[in-house]
Amino acid sequence: MSLLSITDMKVSYGHIEAIKGVSLAVEEGEVVTILGANGAGKTTLMRTISGLLKPTAGTITYDGNDITQTRADAIVGLGIAHSPEGRRVFGTLTVEENLMLGAYTRPRTEALETRKQVYDLFPRLLERRLQLSGTLSGGEQQMLAIGRAMMAKPRLLMLDEPSLGLAPIIVKNIFAALADVRKTGVTILVVEQNARIALKLADRGYVLEVGKIVHEDTAKALMASSEVQEAYLGKG
Amino acid sequence: MDIFLQQLINGLTVGSIYALIALGYTMVYGILRLINFAHGDLAILGAFIGLTVITGLAGSGGAPANWIVIVAFVLAVLVVAIAGVLLEFTAYRPLRNAHRLSAVVSALGASMFIQNGIMLIWSPQTLTFPEGIMPQTTYNFGSVVISATQIFIVTVSLLLMLALYLYVNKTRFGTAIRAAAIDQDAARLMGINVNKVITSVFILGPALGAIGGLFIGVYYRQAVFDMGWIYGLNAFIAAIIGGIGNIPGAMIGGLLLGLFSSLASGYISSTWQQAIVFGLLILILMVRPTGILGERVADKV
Ligand SMILES: Nc1ncnc2c1ncn2[C@@H]1O[C@H](COP(=O)(O)OP(=O)(O)O)[C@@H](O)[C@H]1O
Ligand SMILES: [Mg+2]
Repeated sequence: MSLLSITDMKVSYGHIEAIKGVSLAVEEGEVVTILGANGAGKTTLMRTISGLLKPTAGTITYDGNDITQTRADAIVGLGIAHSPEGRRVFGTLTVEENLMLGAYTRPRTEALETRKQVYDLFPRLLERRLQLSGTLSGGEQQMLAIGRAMMAKPRLLMLDEPSLGLAPIIVKNIFAALADVRKTGVTILVVEQNARIALKLADRGYVLEVGKIVHEDTAKALMASSEVQEAYLGKG
Repeated sequence: MDIFLQQLINGLTVGSIYALIALGYTMVYGILRLINFAHGDLAILGAFIGLTVITGLAGSGGAPANWIVIVAFVLAVLVVAIAGVLLEFTAYRPLRNAHRLSAVVSALGASMFIQNGIMLIWSPQTLTFPEGIMPQTTYNFGSVVISATQIFIVTVSLLLMLALYLYVNKTRFGTAIRAAAIDQDAARLMGINVNKVITSVFILGPALGAIGGLFIGVYYRQAVFDMGWIYGLNAFIAAIIGGIGNIPGAMIGGLLLGLFSSLASGYISSTWQQAIVFGLLILILMVRPTGILGERVADKV
């Protein structure tokens, strides 16, 4: 049984349908990427999985339970953490306060343990632990957003465009850290416009186009596919 | 110099009351970006409930016992906090996703509803608080007079503000309140139940407001049903001066407004007091459009 499976899901903003019947599955321990151009519906898909949006049709099953109607704040407790697009760190709170909020659903002693792991993964955050997160650089904020999601000790870690707006060297660092994270056995669902780096990390991928999945394959196959190369890897 | 010191003390007293009430405006605004126009009326509801408890338990003759005063404060806080939660449920929650203007109209309606409710239950007349609710001792320093009531009001207000500050800044739930004020969706992704946070703000704000309202009653020894309007307005101005949405800002704004209006009435004229308060507001907004501690809106994006 898949850790996460979505069937025939539709999501609308008013009468604009942004997700037009999507089905996908993520197995435990996998890294799955969802590629797609700007406006394809990637963020909408993620926000629906984490409960911030409610689908108009279809079901979301996580670990055997239907979570389609579960509230966002309850979904975190089930083991799904979501690092949102644009990082959304709490700018007037310190780095450490942000991290501890990530573990809001967990006992403090366990949270402190995870915090140590996050600081090991991103030593930069430890250096800046008492700094207001709004004063961090973009790359540091992204590390904080990922670290904050990890604080929930999720089974499914969802990342929405972790490379957004960052210099290539920083993107490389962040994906190197994510490669370390995957070794701990966490299942990762990562949305990206930067297909090259996402496919390097992922086992499998889906390609989303205007609210529909148009390709689904192993990361290797997607990397080799001429259509994907043309549209998302800037070759052709 | 004596006038100055006397007005300073009076201003500190009134200012700490404004600050208590201003906190309710600022906390609700911080989370919902909504001005709860009924907040001043809730505060004054606290004064009426306190008055009823005191006269009910003590009769009209003689100074009420200390325990009666304590019961009055506790009941005022409880009833007004419940009223605050009901207000949010009935007047604001159904309009959470509606146009901003609808919520403003609902807030104004709620204000009128509470005012008229007070008028119907109690009276359209000015009611008088019995003597001796607070210790009657006064301390004279030259011609400057400080009453034990003033000391009590200022001390309790400052302690309450300190407690609120520590709660919001040092506890887990307090951090959740701050997070929800910054970004509700991101807060939900942390596992924070934002509805619970909103309810808590409609408990804390009105509870502090009720104490402020009852302080007004015992300090000036009277209560009128529509008093929430002017005190609410001043507390609201205090919140804006301090930077609306900012908790320490509301405290500073309240104290500043109290001091300023008190000095203005001492040195210039008490008839011009309200105009001078507006003058202060305009002046501060010209220098700092976001209020003293308010953040620039751009920082929030
Ligand atoms: N809050 C919103 N209201 C209305 N339409 C929206 C909203 N958010 C996104 N959309 C629309 O939904 C579609 C998918 O957007 P999004 O999920 O953000 O795409 P992506 O993350 O792939 O760039 C786009 O056409 C976008 O304009
Ligand atoms: Mg997006």
